[in-house]
Amino acid sequence: MISKFLRGNIALSVLAVLVSFVVGGILIALSDPTVQSSASYFTARPTDLLSAIWNAVFGAYDALFRGSVFNYQAATTTGMFKPITETLAFATPITMAGLGLAVAFRSGLFNIGGTGQIIFGAIFAGWVGINLDLPWILHFPLAVLAGVFGGALFGSIVGLLKATTGANEVIVTIMFNYIAALLLSYFLKTPFLQAPHNINPISKPILASAKYPAFLGPNFRLHAGVFAMLAAVALVWWLLNRSTLGFQFRALGHNPSAARVAGINIGLNYVLVMAVSGALAGLAGTSQILGTEGSLTTGVAASFGFDAITVALLGRNNPFGVLAAGILFGGLRAGAVTMQASQGVPIDIVFIVQSMIVLFIAAPPLVRSIFRIRAKVEAA
Amino acid sequence: MKLSNKTPIILAVVAFLAVLIAAFAPSGTTEIKFQAEGDLLPLPNIDVSVMAVTWFAAILMLLLAAYSWFRRLVQKRSSIAWLSPVFGVLFVLSVLTTLYAGKTMTLTALLQGSLSLAVPLIFGSLAGVLSERVGVVNIAIEGQLLAGAFCSALVASLTHSIWLGLITAGIAGALVALVLAVFAIRYVVDQIIVGVVLNVLVMGITNFLFSTLMGGNLALFNSPPRFDTMPVPLLSQIPVLGPVLFVQTPIVYLMYLAVGVVWFVLFKTRWGLRVRAVGEYPKAADTVGIKVYRTRYMSLMIGGSLAGIGGAFFTLGQVGAFGKEMTNGAGYIALAALIFGRWNPLYAALAALLFGFSENLQFGLAIIGSHVPSEFLLMLPYALTVIAVAGLVGKVTGPAASGKAYIKS
Repeated sequence: MISKFLRGNIALSVLAVLVSFVVGGILIALSDPTVQSSASYFTARPTDLLSAIWNAVFGAYDALFRGSVFNYQAATTTGMFKPITETLAFATPITMAGLGLAVAFRSGLFNIGGTGQIIFGAIFAGWVGINLDLPWILHFPLAVLAGVFGGALFGSIVGLLKATTGANEVIVTIMFNYIAALLLSYFLKTPFLQAPHNINPISKPILASAKYPAFLGPNFRLHAGVFAMLAAVALVWWLLNRSTLGFQFRALGHNPSAARVAGINIGLNYVLVMAVSGALAGLAGTSQILGTEGSLTTGVAASFGFDAITVALLGRNNPFGVLAAGILFGGLRAGAVTMQASQGVPIDIVFIVQSMIVLFIAAPPLVRSIFRIRAKVEAA
Repeated sequence: MKLSNKTPIILAVVAFLAVLIAAFAPSGTTEIKFQAEGDLLPLPNIDVSVMAVTWFAAILMLLLAAYSWFRRLVQKRSSIAWLSPVFGVLFVLSVLTTLYAGKTMTLTALLQGSLSLAVPLIFGSLAGVLSERVGVVNIAIEGQLLAGAFCSALVASLTHSIWLGLITAGIAGALVALVLAVFAIRYVVDQIIVGVVLNVLVMGITNFLFSTLMGGNLALFNSPPRFDTMPVPLLSQIPVLGPVLFVQTPIVYLMYLAVGVVWFVLFKTRWGLRVRAVGEYPKAADTVGIKVYRTRYMSLMIGGSLAGIGGAFFTLGQVGAFGKEMTNGAGYIALAALIFGRWNPLYAALAALLFGFSENLQFGLAIIGSHVPSEFLLMLPYALTVIAVAGLVGKVTGPAASGKAYIKS
């Protein structure tokens, strides 16, 4: 029974995460000054080294836990529960964009352009959020729609290029990421988006009437975008598993030639897949600009474009898997802040652990060989 | 082969743009300064009329576009390869003289800066050529550059030997390529995913070690010696091109050598033929007894070591210290150069030079106080690549098996 479980996909994902944390732990231990100094007299007093390693690694991962799940050291109840809301605040854009990439991956399209689509979503949502003066009931939905539209527009250009000219979507999306970032940086230096009388590349603050409600109060960064995220998970599940469009997407992903023979319009579906994928990344952009950030800067997409790729892979392109992976990586982001502040472990450890996870997940034979699990006998 | 209207259409559009530039160009002259210190034959500065240059370029481009239509419609032949690059050069010339109207353009400085920016791009694009020609997409060029930059700075600082630093950079790049190869070839993981992830992994590791290890003792860990320029006797005395090409650091000379050698090996040797065979049709190559996996591993790792050396240019050739994420997307531009250069080492190097030029132009324009936003110049490599892969300027086809894993049966 256990061996059967171990051979399953979920178990492999869990083991991959475990191995990556062990590797992260080794790096933390190696870079710790106490560990380094006690290593020099290892033969004389080996226990010193072992306890130093334990302190470094346990201290770091304890800080990670306190920063992302529950802070048992906090003085107030609010402080105790704040970490989990921080995790969700990070998880919201990551999951949204991850869903978008999952839709594309399931349809056989490698959309590496999460960053660019998030930026475009943020530009559109930001412009509406800054420049229109409307009551919340109109302004907020309009700003979100604008962001979703911006992402969808930027994504569908890629689909259109692929459909009409056969341009490889990986190359095009990578290039579009840079083009989007440069466009944003240009807009933030010109009156189109730059705040007047400001020399820094920053926009005016988003009007309160366009923002996601901060339903936990001003002390928390978590906003109502988290509900939009849950709705998006359900919607993507429905789209992929229950709708005709999703069926066409998946058929395209399985075998484009067969899909064409079956009467599916390949070109149109490329455009639609990329539009949906971009729309979800654009939604992630709205969560950033209308939720946590407050005004548009060049760093609006953060590293969420890459996070989204890893989340989609870790979640095996399944909407609920993406949600779980998004929350895990949201936790890593939130916890890393505390880890850096209290233990001096650089935030970059998150990137290392995260990319390790993807490498291990992508290569199940590697994880199997580490844990000496026999592979499923696959039918030839 | 099916004839395409794309190239003549694009050429006509660009020629029309050139006419517009000529029509609206400011009157006046642009002074072109050739001189650099140490020239044997001091060249005088030349004043050229903006009107004359822009109209000359525009009319020539119109004629070429007309010729391209003539070939397409009357002779029913496909477009010729040299038309697009010539068009590009003419267009750049026209834009440059217009931008510099009434100002002085110091040609040597402009070219020197372009070459410096292009060096890591060229090394990176060679790495890309070597791996894509053998059938593995190399998105990890960025990671290979960064690993080379980091390791060269670290080792050169610790050993005080600049050459050991350079060798380590090559090894570091090859190691990143080895990881890519193992995952792509042995574990049959999607090559693009591995590439993207490796870039982030290398970024994370170098940032992490930069903060923990190097941050603790900058003098010990991050103060490598820097290469001095070594003028080549005689060649460095050539006017204009001499100081640009032959008053450089040894890494740059290594780059010239690498471009030539990679081209020669790929297209003129037996091993190169095998590499290309594996990249086009691994099954056929396997059938005739070529070891597909071994060829892929070797070609990838040689490419990786070149990219690593390119990374060392950032630390040992330019800055003299490692900085966080100092490659700053150069690997992706190298990827663009490789595609724009159609998987050919020579063309890829030329494309990298063009990208270096457009990147460098922002500094030249900032000096004369031009108002062209630098973002659009920086965007050029990416936009051109999109245009290239969309097949708008001739047909761009990569090696047939690039990106596909080969499973020996």
